Amino acid sequence: MTDDEREDGLALPEPNAPPPLPRGGDLVSRHRLSTRLWHWTNAFTIFVMLMSGLMIFNAHPRLYWGQYGANADQPWMQIGSSGGRGVLILGREVYDTTGVLGLWKDPNGVEQRRAFPWWATIPSTYSLSDARLWHLFFAWVLALASTVYFVVSLINQHLRRDLLPDMKELHPRHIWHDIRDHLRLRFPKGAAALRYNILQKLAYLSVILGLIPLLILTGLTMSPGVNAAWPWLLDLFGGRQSARSIHFLCAAAMLVFVLIHLLMVVLAGPFNEIRSMITGRYRLPREPRE
Amino acid sequence: MITRRKLIGSLAVGAGGVLLSGCNKINANPQVRSLLQSSEGLTMRAQRLITDRSALAREFGAADLSPVFRANGTRQPAGSAYEGHRVAGFADWRLVIDGLVARPMAMSMAQIQAMPRRTQITRHDCVEGWSAIGQWTGVPLKLLLDAAGLRSSARYLIFHCADRYAQADYYESIDLIDAFHPQTIMAWGLNGQPLPVANGAPLRLRVERQLGYKHAKYVQRIEAVDSLATQGRGKGGYWEDYHDYAWYAGI
Repeated sequence: MTDDEREDGLALPEPNAPPPLPRGGDLVSRHRLSTRLWHWTNAFTIFVMLMSGLMIFNAHPRLYWGQYGANADQPWMQIGSSGGRGVLILGREVYDTTGVLGLWKDPNGVEQRRAFPWWATIPSTYSLSDARLWHLFFAWVLALASTVYFVVSLINQHLRRDLLPDMKELHPRHIWHDIRDHLRLRFPKGAAALRYNILQKLAYLSVILGLIPLLILTGLTMSPGVNAAWPWLLDLFGGRQSARSIHFLCAAAMLVFVLIHLLMVVLAGPFNEIRSMITGRYRLPREPRE
Repeated sequence: MITRRKLIGSLAVGAGGVLLSGCNKINANPQVRSLLQSSEGLTMRAQRLITDRSALAREFGAADLSPVFRANGTRQPAGSAYEGHRVAGFADWRLVIDGLVARPMAMSMAQIQAMPRRTQITRHDCVEGWSAIGQWTGVPLKLLLDAAGLRSSARYLIFHCADRYAQADYYESIDLIDAFHPQTIMAWGLNGQPLPVANGAPLRLRVERQLGYKHAKYVQRIEAVDSLATQGRGKGGYWEDYHDYAWYAGI
């Protein structure tokens, strides 16, 4: 008797045959433990890094290109106040940002002239040193957790199997199709929702392989000690002030990612989505009735 | 009358206030702060472990100089004593080197400027985020330490400054790895001119692999010590003592 036969002589399904695909309404296992752990570590870490980073920016709210840049030099971006207005200056363009950037009221109603407002920074009242405590501690969390996640994802094939797009998905027609579906808020249903769609893959990959490494590396070049040891790293980014600008722009891109990510969670069904990232269990959206 | 908009508005402000005071409490919690500060030692050890301890900071060419070298912190020390030195061209300024040394010394600016000099064009990175490139000329600190004969028990150098900042005397400290680094100099010249008052005249520390606040200005005394605990509040510098800045300002 082979393993394929039961005593009653009926054949079992082929052992190599794929298990039947789950269907809409099924509760399935969606996210690995490593993914979930990294997700929530990051959710908190990115939140702290963004807000403490904005406070560090407040210490010198000007950005430059090149090796050097200080008050006598020309910034490409600055936030400040002029008379009774808060302003954001991009190149030669001046934008009135009173109440939000450059000039705003703190919770006690006192007018403050700092770049980013109290609700956007850690800590909420001006302190470069406290912001550095938070930023430089959580920089370690970000770097170590990202390294562990990266190694685990290479070993368990998460990167290759779940995140790397194949050639068919990268076809412009396919991408365009997915963009149109997203704009119409038509999200994958049934078994198709078991996998990331191409826009998710591109978004997650650009964060995992693009933004996070860039943020860590440009962050390292903020260190005069690292710059002495690894001058090539700073050269890669075009100098200390260019690296600082790139660090800021990557942080801004990260904020955009987080906002779109949160919007998509809300649109796709926040209970199911958040549960899947906590317990790993995900209820597949039902296919529309034919 | 309570309108819905007012109610929602005041609820939002109330929630914001609760959140804010919660965050401020977390930020002020001593255990949280000491946890956050624990990463400083990790950063220092990691940098010292991974990078070459004797690596030189990038030196630039004359074409790379910042048109204006920004001065920060104290730009004009208060008091008649310093003013008297300035008016006299720092002729009577003395750099005292004492503490754990075999031969305590008091050197005039003329003696210091007669010693071998090093000129380097380097980038100054302020903790605030700005950078400026300047040309510094001064005596390598190693030559001063060799002349004074550092005792084997010495572990740190404390730089005592002529300026007070806010509520306290400015001072800074470095360890011997940075003290003997070839680019660590006591600078008396900036961009080919005598060091301006705003930048620390007549003598300041350049410790090129750390952030700006470590570069003590208006230095009057270098004290070799085995511990930082007895100076100031014991954290090794003005900013460290009063504002929880990192002692190791490598990032």
